[in-house]
Amino acid sequence: MRPEDVYVVGGGMTAFGRHDGTGLDLAEQAVRGALDDAGVSWADVDFAVGGSNVSGKPDSLVSRLGLTGIAFSTVKNGCATGGVAMATAVSALQAGRADLVAVVGFDKHERGAFAADAAAYGLGSWYATTGMMVTTQYFAMKTRRYQHEHGISDRTLARISARAFRNGEAHPLAWRRAPLTEEEVLAAAPVNEPLTQYMFCQPSQGAVALVLARGDRAGDLCDTPVRLAAVTQRTRRFGSFEVFSPWLSHDPWNSPSVDAAAAAFAEAGLSPADVQVAQLQDTDSGSEMIHLAETGLCKHGEQEQLLAEGATDVDGALPVNTDGGCLANGEPVGASGLRQVHEVVRQLQGRAPGRQVPGGPRVGFTHVYGAPGLSACAVLTV
Amino acid sequence: MSDVTPVDAGLFASLDPPRLLGSRCGECATVVFPTAQSCPRCSRAAMAPHALADRGTVWSWTVQGFCPKPPYVPPVDGFVPFPVGYVDLGEVIVEGHLLVDRALLEIGTPVRLALEPVRTADGDEVVTYAFTLDEEAA
Ligand SMILES: [Zn+2]
Repeated sequence: MRPEDVYVVGGGMTAFGRHDGTGLDLAEQAVRGALDDAGVSWADVDFAVGGSNVSGKPDSLVSRLGLTGIAFSTVKNGCATGGVAMATAVSALQAGRADLVAVVGFDKHERGAFAADAAAYGLGSWYATTGMMVTTQYFAMKTRRYQHEHGISDRTLARISARAFRNGEAHPLAWRRAPLTEEEVLAAAPVNEPLTQYMFCQPSQGAVALVLARGDRAGDLCDTPVRLAAVTQRTRRFGSFEVFSPWLSHDPWNSPSVDAAAAAFAEAGLSPADVQVAQLQDTDSGSEMIHLAETGLCKHGEQEQLLAEGATDVDGALPVNTDGGCLANGEPVGASGLRQVHEVVRQLQGRAPGRQVPGGPRVGFTHVYGAPGLSACAVLTV
Repeated sequence: MSDVTPVDAGLFASLDPPRLLGSRCGECATVVFPTAQSCPRCSRAAMAPHALADRGTVWSWTVQGFCPKPPYVPPVDGFVPFPVGYVDLGEVIVEGHLLVDRALLEIGTPVRLALEPVRTADGDEVVTYAFTLDEEAA
């Protein structure tokens, strides 16, 4: 255990779904859970990072947790908030500016698709007035084009959803706990063809917190500390296909997920083939399908065969979204990326709350992607 | 056609015949829509107004199956699911409503630019751009 490496030494999370309390209530609960898991108190924490899209000021948590005077940074990067929060924490630890860091992400969204403000994205009001400022349209059109270019069937999209709900069924903190057959997924309401109701995740509510420390302390705080071998984030380059785009360049597949994943594997000194458990942003089943290839975990078009073979099942060669992902948990935007890390940490520690990947996985991977075109990835090892 | 009001005047090079207005970079020839001051590829402020082609093919598409939240304004008679897609105009791929029968829609379907009446939140009747089946190319 090298002293300069960064480890997850504690984790806590609320159930995902619908809650009575406020977003800050959920966040406090998650932080206290993570502190307990690490066997430390809030007074031991000397830096904190928090993110929430819509549910309050993360740094106001100090009034609940303790007014200890520590630095508390707030991040807000859409669906990638959790990944960016973790990257911020890792930087502070590696720079020696902090010794024990708490990271928290939370959100409490109301029902229905996310509403977006055209002006906030630099777009004219016409774009929203005419009904095109709808995230689900984007996911559907990106999915359809990808299917066309790489020969992916609607059945594969249904298999992704069915696997997500199977995994959610077994996970005590997941929101959607009822399994659905591929036929039920395919026959559901066509929200945005080719994607049906059960191929989309929904806004939900929840909070996740992690406690991070360097290698010189991690062994004292945790029986099985999980090393953050790499945490990276990237924004889009020219020629990517992003949400809320009135226009595209040709061949728009220059995704920030490709760049963030490649950087993560390079930094960790590992390759996608080494990954034994993965969490991929599955805002919809089409997104997970595309992200499988963009992160390097498979080749473009190979998803058709992988899903048919059950390779992404918990007992397959490449288990993906073992807690049911966003599809089964919904997406509290600020918490979602940290949920991924929490699940992979538990899998690598051999104490998954839901279905445990057999055989003692040692390398995990997480990937978030958010509007308007950024991605954060992590490689975790034990 | 001369008495119609566009939903946003900046979208159009002309209304009759309908042509969309984008910008073209004088340095790297990147074409964007709507108009922009600087180039997203090379970052230079060398953009000039550029009328886009009025014919193309469907690059991808979906059907908007639920009524979007405001400020979207549904038709007077209520919301009906509508096709929307990206159309490859050659120099650039543009997103817009597709006034094409669902059964005829597929990637590669030839379409041409048209105007479509829509309402604003204030109840004003305006036109936006859309794409209809290009019978000549079909
Ligand atoms: Zn340029």
